[in-house]
Amino acid sequence: MEVALFILIALVTVVSALLVIIRKNAVSSVLFLVLTFFCLAMLYVMLGAQFIAAMQVIVYAGAIMVLFIFVVMLLNLGTDQKWEITGPVRKWMGFGSAAGILLIAVLAFRGMQSPTTEMDTSIGTVSSIGETMFQSYVLPFEVASVLLLAAIIGVVAMISRKPVDATTVEGGNES
Amino acid sequence: MTWLDLLIAVACVAGVLGFISVVALVAIWTERKISAHIHDRLGPMETGGFHGWAQTIADMVKLLQKEDIIPDAADKPLFKLAPYIVLSATIASFVVLPFGAHLIGTDLNIGIYYLVAISSLEVAGILMAGWASNNKWALFGGMRSASQMISFEIPIGLSLLIPIMIVGSLSMQDLVGAQAGGFWNWGVFSHLPFAMIAFIVYFWASLAEVNRTPFDLPEGESELVAGFHVEYSGMRFAMFFLAEFANMFLVAGVAVALFLGGWHAPFSFLEISAESNVILHNLVGFFWFASKGMVLLFIQQWLRWTLPRLRVDQLMHVCWKIFLPFSFVNVLIVSLWIVLTQS
Amino acid sequence: MSFAPVLVFFLGGIGLVAAALIAAWVIAPSNPGKLKNSTYECGEEPVGSPWVRFNTRFYVVALIFLVFDVEVLFLYPWAINLRQLGMYAWVDMAVFILILAVGLAYVWGKGDLEWIRPKHASAGSVGGKDGIN
Repeated sequence: MEVALFILIALVTVVSALLVIIRKNAVSSVLFLVLTFFCLAMLYVMLGAQFIAAMQVIVYAGAIMVLFIFVVMLLNLGTDQKWEITGPVRKWMGFGSAAGILLIAVLAFRGMQSPTTEMDTSIGTVSSIGETMFQSYVLPFEVASVLLLAAIIGVVAMISRKPVDATTVEGGNES
Repeated sequence: MTWLDLLIAVACVAGVLGFISVVALVAIWTERKISAHIHDRLGPMETGGFHGWAQTIADMVKLLQKEDIIPDAADKPLFKLAPYIVLSATIASFVVLPFGAHLIGTDLNIGIYYLVAISSLEVAGILMAGWASNNKWALFGGMRSASQMISFEIPIGLSLLIPIMIVGSLSMQDLVGAQAGGFWNWGVFSHLPFAMIAFIVYFWASLAEVNRTPFDLPEGESELVAGFHVEYSGMRFAMFFLAEFANMFLVAGVAVALFLGGWHAPFSFLEISAESNVILHNLVGFFWFASKGMVLLFIQQWLRWTLPRLRVDQLMHVCWKIFLPFSFVNVLIVSLWIVLTQS
Repeated sequence: MSFAPVLVFFLGGIGLVAAALIAAWVIAPSNPGKLKNSTYECGEEPVGSPWVRFNTRFYVVALIFLVFDVEVLFLYPWAINLRQLGMYAWVDMAVFILILAVGLAYVWGKGDLEWIRPKHASAGSVGGKDGIN
């Protein structure tokens, strides 16, 4: 039962991840990305990592998705984007980067062994994460707040720049 | 997971679907009657005899016979997918709503977290509907809806934190269980007045979350016609409508579970103890939960027909400059209180 | 405690929509027409595409939301362990919130929380149709 469910979810994850890059329309790509994240969250749940699963859905499937859609709306990408690099060069570039990622993945996972002992499902609960975060990892946690502060300042710096050319302004109003 | 568990889960989902349908039918009728009486009208009086009680049922039958129109310009797969996402996310939220001591789909130990997560999926569905319609009103409504829902998610998250801190658990039944023994033990009245402030912030922000007046800019009948579902007709439209009313009850139910004692009665002598009769205990609990939820639903509708719509700048002002700082200070004060009284 | 009912509830929701749409498909008429299937725009011919370039304000809201959303998510593990962790964790969290409060004050002071920013109001509008939306 569990294995069948895993295979089903994994298949949906892979197919929707593929659709993210295959679909030409930017918005539907984003929506398939949401599906991918959601399936990943389900996989986390099956591993007992409830906190990460909830984080995954709230931050990625929720906030990042809305952000991506707003960016797509902001940039107003057409359905067919003209690429600057065309022809076989592009294919080889894609092939090269895919091979590079595969190489990194193989190198990273080479030494790993599948866990033989029974999985401890209490590690992933919100409560145990809270205990760890506020006892052993207090400093990284505080540094995270500085990181978030930097993000806020970055947002302000980015948007306070005035539009450069007139075309940016056009259609800038929603109504 | 055994077949019995599966059977129980299916029974739960059937119960929730039935409950949602009844709530929607009643709430749509009460919305009509409330709006009518606030306007000094009578509202539907003919259908079914007594004060037009069957009006919504007649409307459902009508909607079932309506032609399903999909605009040629729409992005058809996404257009068709959107109602599925919105309604299934809504119904999936009900799995952690405690209708009674045992009447709960599953008591997840990340209960509230799960609710927050699922509500972000709904945003995806609404944006999808708005975008796929390829209609100006729909897209503007969808975008407004998304930005409003995400903005108010933060005050909601912060005000839900207050009962969580007081009880020290995310599980819905733990949160309800801590409020037993009479209305003075309810979440709103603990750590006065801070939990009360959290409840008020939650209630207003939840109105924005379900796009109700005074935060109904995404639907804005007078400017956007209907918002993200303007191109939907017939049954597809009915699904969005059902999701909207189910969501209204959902946010009311969360408020009841966290702040208003959940399925506990206002006085403990109005309850039947689980030891004497488990079934009756659950039924009485369900009665209290549903009636408290319906009272909040009534208040939502009352507000809708009383208050004008906010402008978008006022909306953002309320969210970021009033609710957000208040909630942060609130969280810090209540947590300090808990830490100090603990040690 | 199990997540399986969550999946069942999702499937129940999907089943409800599917059942309703199948019922409508059986009962409802279907006479599509060119005019009927055209995009609704208050009875006028649709002008241009709705997929226009949206205002940056939506983007700003989404970005600020993202930052505070992450912050709120950090609060939950802290909140449920508040009693065990005690004063030390409270001070931690107070510092965390204060640092982000500085961020909020900064955005606030810069005027980016305003939907209509008075300073840039003229730069953001075309032909006098100032965006209230």
